[in-house]
Parts: sequence; structure tokens; C-alpha cells
Amino acid sequence: MDDTARMAQALPAETGRGTVAAPVPVASGAAERRRRRRAQQWTAWGFLAPVVLYLAAFYAYPLYRNLDLSLRDYTVRSFVQGDAPFTGVQNYADVLHDPTFWPALAHTVIFTAVSLLSQYSIGLALAVFFTQHFPLSATLRALFLVPWLLPLIVSASTWSWMLNSESGIVNAALRGVGLGGVNWLTSPTWSLVAVIVANIWIGVPFNLVVLYSGLQAVPDSLHEAAALDGAGAWQRFWRITFPLLRPVSAITLLLGLVYTLKVFDIIWIMTKGGPSDSSTTFATWSYRLGFGNLLPRFGPGAAVGNLLVLIALVFGLIHIRVQRKQYAS
Amino acid sequence: MSTLTAPVRRRPRNRVWWKTALGTAFTAGMLFPVYWMVNVSLTRDQNMRRTPPDLLPLHGTLAGYRLVLDQQLPYLATSLLIGLGTVVLTVALAAPAGFALAKLRPRGGGLLSFAMLVAQMIPGIIMAMGFYAVYLSLGFLDSVPGLVVADSTLAVPFAVLVFTAFMSGIPGELLQAVQVDGAGPLRTFRSVVLPMSRNAVVTVSLFTFLWSWSDFVFASTLDNGGAHQPITLGIYHYIGNNNQQWNAIMATAVVASIPAALILVLAQRYVAAGVTTGAVKD
Repeated sequence: MDDTARMAQALPAETGRGTVAAPVPVASGAAERRRRRRAQQWTAWGFLAPVVLYLAAFYAYPLYRNLDLSLRDYTVRSFVQGDAPFTGVQNYADVLHDPTFWPALAHTVIFTAVSLLSQYSIGLALAVFFTQHFPLSATLRALFLVPWLLPLIVSASTWSWMLNSESGIVNAALRGVGLGGVNWLTSPTWSLVAVIVANIWIGVPFNLVVLYSGLQAVPDSLHEAAALDGAGAWQRFWRITFPLLRPVSAITLLLGLVYTLKVFDIIWIMTKGGPSDSSTTFATWSYRLGFGNLLPRFGPGAAVGNLLVLIALVFGLIHIRVQRKQYAS
Repeated sequence: MSTLTAPVRRRPRNRVWWKTALGTAFTAGMLFPVYWMVNVSLTRDQNMRRTPPDLLPLHGTLAGYRLVLDQQLPYLATSLLIGLGTVVLTVALAAPAGFALAKLRPRGGGLLSFAMLVAQMIPGIIMAMGFYAVYLSLGFLDSVPGLVVADSTLAVPFAVLVFTAFMSGIPGELLQAVQVDGAGPLRTFRSVVLPMSRNAVVTVSLFTFLWSWSDFVFASTLDNGGAHQPITLGIYHYIGNNNQQWNAIMATAVVASIPAALILVLAQRYVAAGVTTGAVKD
């Protein structure tokens, strides 16, 4: 995941509990109460003002500029002067008819689906393994966080060298067991596999941590009761743990989906989306259009980016809905 | 834990050790790339392209690290500066907002929280393109403050949500008592709420610093020609320029990983707390 990093998403504001109310020593008429409530609103929005201004200036406005970019025919000159002609959805049409469009879409879907499912199943298996407390289990679990804490450029360049065709350790190992080496990063057949492997490695820790804490909430007594009834470990997992973990799984997968869609660093650093677009996703395509060439094509780049935002938002809203529903229940 | 766990505890001892061995093997496998990074960073140039590669840095060299000291220190300093700047900006913006959302019942607060959840889902590359357009017209490109502001967008929504969740747990009676003693909202916030939220401040600061330190997207788009570039670009230029000196590249990578290692050793519980905040209903 991209910022697999940027995980955590706190729950919606839990207002209401223990509100700061003004002290009530003197008058207590309805008018007085209304006045005080209005004063409190002013105070509240006073505290919020910096962040609201910030969101407007540094989220809303750049996003608006991005939308504007995608609707105009920008060249480097008009980019600076700001007089690019309005062309409506022309950029989107261009992007849709670009020979890169369908491969990029397919790669985005494959990259996201394979990464997610692998990260989730490996993370879950490890989480279940680590719930059986054994000596050193806490320390080992903590060490699993390392890949996720490293800067993405560090992980990506390390994997690049490990997967190097001639001098990489992976090919050395493959040759050692009698298999031929593979051109991981330079052959169109393998480049997507290579970046997926690196991305899974980075995403496992997040899944492990979240699923592990989800498993903590499954009461031990249920397992013990089932064990007394003669259910084996395998049966207990599929009949008790897995169903009870479903809400946590849904959140983990949806959040992972939103973040995997955005993955850019890993792919760009390892393969730049190549060779010949074989590992290009929407994120790297958008970057390449806007920044990857000497002659930037900001309009189409922004158009691809906005398509990506749209997809991310759809799943993001589903995520928020699921989370709200679980929080309410 | 009920008495029912007794039979589980009486499991034979060797079974438990077998699990530790398996767990250690998993962890070693997972951390192999990290070991490999360190190993390559110590490998001499002439051994770099040996097949098969040396598994242990027996004939190691510190030449890679010497190059880091020679060439990468300015990048590291810039990253440190940007990271600290981003932390200050993020906490200054997010802590008051968290207080308001948690305790002051602003009308429309729910909508604001929602906006922040959505903001977290926008891909960085899209933000980068928008920032590029804005900064170009403002002349903000290739500047440290510009990068601080851009990097803070990685953290501010997360930070507000963490502060809100944390400050909701501060008992309202306490705050009321402080107010009865004559403290206004500003003083309540500064001398009671903020000190009590130390853990949230630490969690937010750690993640903010780490994200800002690790940022590549904003750095490569907004600061690619600047005099002060962060360490992620230092590594990136290295990969691009001298493809041969992988020990120097990996040495830089090792040095760039130091903050992550420190955080893991010194503040691991905050990390786990940050990951699971809200990702799981508790």
C-alpha cells in the first residue's frame, strides 16, 4: 500500500459526551441560555477556524486547480500565464482513447486485487499465529512493523537491487535451486509481479496489526466452549473467529483498497511503470503525463488523476458507511 | 481468562518453543530485505556484482557510509527541518480543532469530520499536481516552507481525528470544574486539555514526522530543482545518477531508515495505537 502508511482513520467525532458548558452562577433565563449557546458556537468555530481555512486553501483549492487543469488545454506557456483555452471534457476523451488506458486500468485492478487479498490473508494467518502467546511473541510482532515504517523509497530501492537480473539475491536463489533467473524489472511479463510482491511486503504489517487487535475482541470463552464440544482448531477458526472478525475484515479491506489504489512511489521507483507500460497504473500514468516527460501534459495527467480520485472516493464512501453502521450498532 | 484455560496452559513445553522458533523464522523471512539492505551497504564495489552474492559482509567496507557523510548530510538536514516543521504546523492546526470537535459541540462539526475522512482518501499524486499549479503561480516551488505545507496535508486530517477521539475521553466534569474556577476556553485548552493529551500529541507527532520524512511524491514534484532537497530525493538522484555504487545507495537507505528504527524501539506502543485508531471499533 502507498502510505500503507497512512492508515489510521479515527472514528467520527464523538460529540456530546462531557461538553464544556459555561458555568451557571447567575441568571438562568431562556434568553441567557441562548446567548451562552451562541457564545459557545463562536468559541467552537474559533478553535476550528485555522483548520477550516487550511482545508480550503490546501485541499479544496489544489483540488479545484486540478479539476481546472483537466478541463483546459494547457501547454507549458499557458500554464505559467494562466490563459489556457477551455476545452471541456476533451482531455478525458483523449485519455479514454489513449492506447495506455485499458492496460493501465487492468494493471490498477490486478495490482490492487492481488495486493489486497495477499496482504489480508498473510496478515490474518500471522495475526492468528501471534494470538497464541508464546515466548517472544510480542517482540516478534513488533519487528513485523519494520517494513511498514520504512520510507517507501528505501523499500523500493532495496527490492530493486534484490530483484536485479544479474546481481540480485532473488535470482541467485532461483538459480541455486535449479530454476532460471527472471528479468523481474526489465521484462514486460514480470514487472507487474515484481511491484506487487514488494507492495505485499509493505502492506502485511498493517493488516497484521489491525487484524490482531480485532482478534483480541473475540472472546476466549467461545473458543474454549467450542473446544470442549470437540471442534478442532481449523473448525474453530472458520466457524467462530472468521465470522466474528467480519466487521474488522471489511474495514481493513476497504481501507486497504483506498490506499492501494493510490500506490505510486513503489512502482515509480522500481519500474517507472515500464517496460512499455507493463506495470503502469492510473497513479503512475497520471504522474508520467504531468511530470515524467520533458514536455508535460498537465491536462490529460489531471484527467487521469481525477478518474482515480473518483474510484477512490466511491470505495472511500462505502468504507465510511460500513464504519458508521458498525459504530452505530 | 477463566479456569477453563487451565488445560491450555498445561500444554507440553516443547510445543511452545516450537512456536517461538516458527515465529522467529517468519520474522526473519519478513526482515530479510532489511538485512539485505544493510549487507549491501557494507559490500565492497568489486564484490557487488558477484554471483552468487556474498550472504555476509565478511569483507565489508564503510566506503558507502563515507560517501553518505560526504554527500548526503545536507539532504538529511533538510529532511529533519521539513519533518519538524510539518510536526509543528500539524499539531498547531489539529489540536485546537480536535478540542472543538470533541468538547464544544460546533454546529456542522459532523460535516467537518466527514470532510476530513474524505480528504484522507485523495491520492497524493493528485494533490501534488494541484499544489504544483498553485505553487507555480505563487513562486513557492523548490522551497522548504512550501514542502512543509504540502507534507502537512498527509497528516492534518489524521491528526484531527486522533485528537478528537482522544479528547472525547477527557471527562467533561473536569473541564467544567476548571471553568468554574474562572478559566476561559483558551486557558482550559492550553493548561488542561493539551497537557492531558500528551499521548495524542506524541502519536500525531511521530506519524507526522515519519510521513514527512518519507515523502517522495511531493518532494519529487514540488522540490525537484531546489537548493534544499530532502533525503528521499537524495536517494532517488543516487539511483538515477550512479547506477554502480549500490553500497552508497543502500548506505543512504540505511541512514534514512534511522527515524523509523528509533520510533520502533522507543515508541512502539504509540505506533500500534496510531494504526488501530478508528480502523477498528473498540
